[in-house]
Formats: sequence, C-alpha cells, structure tokens
Amino acid sequence: MKSFTKIIPLLVTLLTCAFLLIPIIQSVLAGLTVNYFRGLSSGLTLKWIGEVWMLYSGSIFLSVGLALACLIVTLVLGVPAAYALARNPGRASRVLEEFISLPLAIPGLALALALLQLYGGWTEFRTSWLFILVGHVLYTLPFMVRSVLSVLAAIDLKTLEEGAASLGAGPARRFIDIVVPNAMPGILAGALTVVTLSIGEFNLTWMLHVPYLKTLPVGLADSYASMRLEVASAYTLVFFVMIVPLLMAMQWASARAQRIMQ
Amino acid sequence: MTLTLTNIAKTFPGGTRALLPTDLEIAKGEILSLLGPSGCGKSTLLRIIAGLETPDPGASIVFDGEEVTHQSVETRKIGMVFQSYALFPNMSVRGNIGYGLKMQKLSRADIDARVDEVIALCRLEAYADRAITALSGGQRQRVALARAMAPRPRVLLLDEPLSALDAALRGQLRDELAILLRQFGITAIFVTHDQDEAMAIADRVAVMSQGAVAQIGTPEALYRNPATGFVARFVGDAMPLGGRIEASRLHLPGGVIDLPKPADGQEVLVRAEDVRIEPQGAVTARVEAVTFLGTHYRIALTGATEAPLFALHTGLSAPRPGEDVRLSIPTEALLILPKAGAA
Repeated sequence: MKSFTKIIPLLVTLLTCAFLLIPIIQSVLAGLTVNYFRGLSSGLTLKWIGEVWMLYSGSIFLSVGLALACLIVTLVLGVPAAYALARNPGRASRVLEEFISLPLAIPGLALALALLQLYGGWTEFRTSWLFILVGHVLYTLPFMVRSVLSVLAAIDLKTLEEGAASLGAGPARRFIDIVVPNAMPGILAGALTVVTLSIGEFNLTWMLHVPYLKTLPVGLADSYASMRLEVASAYTLVFFVMIVPLLMAMQWASARAQRIMQ
Repeated sequence: MTLTLTNIAKTFPGGTRALLPTDLEIAKGEILSLLGPSGCGKSTLLRIIAGLETPDPGASIVFDGEEVTHQSVETRKIGMVFQSYALFPNMSVRGNIGYGLKMQKLSRADIDARVDEVIALCRLEAYADRAITALSGGQRQRVALARAMAPRPRVLLLDEPLSALDAALRGQLRDELAILLRQFGITAIFVTHDQDEAMAIADRVAVMSQGAVAQIGTPEALYRNPATGFVARFVGDAMPLGGRIEASRLHLPGGVIDLPKPADGQEVLVRAEDVRIEPQGAVTARVEAVTFLGTHYRIALTGATEAPLFALHTGLSAPRPGEDVRLSIPTEALLILPKAGAA
C-alpha cells in the first residue's frame, strides 16, 4: 500500500512532464532534422538554424532592443508611479491603479486598434519602432507598477522615510537611498515580467508592426505561414534559446534579492 | 539646547482636535517625558517638534533662540527614535548609524570615526557589520538610538522607544536607556504611556490627557502633589474612594472616614500602599483575592468602596480570601482633588 501511494503521484508527475516536454522535444528535433517527413533517419543538421538567422536576425535584434527600451521606460515611469501610489493610499490612488491596470483586461487587438486610430495618420511615428514600443509599454506597465507596489505596500515606507528625513535626507535622497533599494525585489520581479512579456508579445505587435519591423513572435508567425516546417521549428528553437536563459537569469536575480531582503 | 514651545495645537482634517494649545519650555540637557494614555496627543506633540506634523497656525517652536516652526524635518537637526525604530533594512548597522553623517556630507574618515565612537558608546561593537534583520529587539533599539545620536542632533526625540520590546527586556533596557541619555547629556523628549518608564528616565514629566498637559513636574512632585484625579490615577495608580462626601466626612459603604478639610464636590483618592489592614480600622471590607509579590502581598478588597480597593500589605502572613478585615487610611495620605480632569 505504501509504495502505491508513492507510485501514483510519481506517475502523474512523469505524465505531466511528458505532456509538456514531448511537443517541445519534437519541435526542437523538427528544427534539426534534414527532412522532417522522412524522420530522424534523414540525419541531423544546423542548416535550418542558419537559414533562420539569415532570414530573421533583424527580428531578434529588434525584439531585444524593444524589450530593453520597454524595460527602461517602464522603470522610469513605473517605479515612481508605484511609489506615489504607495505613499498616498486612498480612493483616488485606487482609481488610478485600476486605470493603469486597464490594458490587462482589454484585448491587445483593441488596444492596438485604438493606437492606430489615434496615431495612424502620423506616418513617421506610425512606421517607426517607437510605435510598437508605445504599445508594449502600455501593455507591460501595469505589471511593473503592481509588482513594485506590492513590495512597497509590505514595508512601513512612511516611517522609514520619516527616519531618513530626521537624519537630514531630502525627498530625492530618500527615494534613491531608501525607496529604490527596499523595492528592489519588486523591481527585479517586475523587470523579469516586462522583458519576457515584451519579447513574447504577439497580438498587439502584429497589429502595430509594419513589414520591415517584425519582432520575434511576428517573425515566428510569418515563418509558420510561409516557410517549410523545418525552418519554422528551427525558429522556435532559436526563440527558446533566447528566452530561457533570460528567464533563468532574472529569476535567479529576483530570488537573490528576496534572500537579501529577509 | 533650550526648547521653547508656544501655542502648539493640532486640528486634524475633519475637525479632530488632537492637541489643544500647549506651551512648554525644556531646559538645556533636560530629559522631559510626555506621559499619557493613547490618544492624549503626546505623539502628535512630539511629531510637531520633530517637524513631521505641521501645527495649527499661530504656533512657535524655538530651538535656542532660533525660530524653526517653518523648517522642514530635514533641516531641523533633530534626532528621532521611532517606536518601530525605522531602521533601514537595506543597510548594515554601520550604514544605518553613518547615514545621518553622510547626509551632512562629512568625509569618509570623519564618518568612520564618529560611527566608531557612537558604536562604542552604545556597546554595539560586536554587531557593527551585521544586517539589521540579524539583530534582536534590544539591539535594534540601541542601533536606533546610536543612529539618532551620531549626527549630534540639537534635541533627541523618542517615541515610545521601549514599547516594541517584551516585558522582561523592557525593564532592563529602560535603565540602560536612562544611563545612555545622561551620558550623552542631550536635551531629550521621551514619549511613553508607561509611568514607570517616565519616572525612571525623565527629569520632569508632563502628564497629558485629552490633548492637553494636565500637570508638569518632577516625578516626585507629580506623585506627592498631583493636581487632578487623572494625574493621581496615572502616576502611582491612585484609587478613587467612591462614596458620599458631607463636609469633612466621607461616607463609604464600609464605614466613615474623616477628611482633613471639607471636600464637597471633590474627589478623594488613595494609593494602595496607604491602605492598612488594622484591627482598629474604621472601615470594614472583605478580602477577595491575595497575590503574593515577594516583598509584599497585594490584597483585593470589596465592600469598603463602590469599586474594589487594593491594599499593599507587608508582613509574613496575609488574611485569607473571604475573611472580613478592618482598614485604616491615614488622613495625610488622602488625595483630595477637583473632579474635573477625569480621563
């Protein structure tokens, strides 16, 4: 009986892992086989990855650039916004917080349509990467604000700041010396979410992009639609290789910050 | 530093009067305690002195002849110890203590020297490089004091600095704090709701009630000559003798007590140490409970007054619960005070 209660959870875990991993392995292998329809017997090759790099390296650099720009903008806007909301709790702050969070509830397509309606006539802006950046910032800002706000709400920020003020620190010093370091776990967690979401965002970007500004996911859709399956699968592999180390690095950073805080 | 407060009042938005117009003068090097129950305005007064709250218009705060009423907290050069200590969790003990010096833009060497000096004074050498989170409550309290003292403030303000500690530690740290404050020789204002703390630490105590200072004086003066029933109750736990007063006689349920003077419309109080259990006493009472406290017994008595009365009884034995006893109260121990000012 005892071994039975151990075997069943183990089996369920293994099945779940298989359910998640087999499609990934299959997709990865598809990107590495010479001819997917003939199977592995046709041999392994890096040719398709080379082809993806040739066709879509621009998308990779664009996505990374966009994600970093998006991160900078959400940091500059989101951290002070979260601070202001944390320092002035009340009805007005709640309303404002809900307002910032609206893009979470609205489908990306609707958000994109609104942006197109508003700025579509301004051609230089419409056709520049900044237009996509605005969409990404709108979509990711609530994640940064909420993440920082939840950390700030958990500490007695008011008294800490009063302590710093009594020692002669003005508002700017207090923000740099007290608020930012103590909000760091939230800032890191928010940064992780923002970069990952920005790199993976499809709906909104697909509506906003122009043909020569394809981000990674938009390029992925393009390759699925117009390339042979091996190229598309190789693209998926490139996507994995890019996003997984990024995720791991930022997860490590945020876990480390959390440890320091405790 | 001499601190002069004139016409300090605070009305919160919504009309709550947290502090009625108050005048206060604190001499150089004096330790003043603001003592009172929660909500009496003592913390508000302290925060106004710190610059963390703005007083109602018409107030004046003068530090050694310098008008600081409109100065911000950053520029007032005060030191403050908060109830929760407000230590910065992102800095070490040294970082916390040196922060105020860093704000004064002192050189690295000057900061280090002063931090070492304060660390030695507060006996924190062993913890200097620890994280704040690795300290016990008592150690944190010393770090908070060291941090407030390091930049050589003009006045030290302490807001219930011992109330976050457990009871056993509180007594020990109270005496430690009293010694440290004398060593620093700084003008200090100390807010507490605990009369023992106020008595142990302060040169003078201002007893506050309902937004006003009820009485200010040395601990001895407050204890021996309380101005109101509230002060008598708060300092030394005086108990009201509830009964009917007819000229200079007090009729209690358990008997009649002679008063030294006619006291119609006033309140008569007594302290537990002045209630004596004696066979020839004038008042009868029944022993309800007996608590042995080492040096004495604390005896709860009913029937003598409207509310239970406590007596401190020294001796090798005490009456048992249920026994009837007779009480006497020396006339000079009776506190006859105006009724107004009750909490």
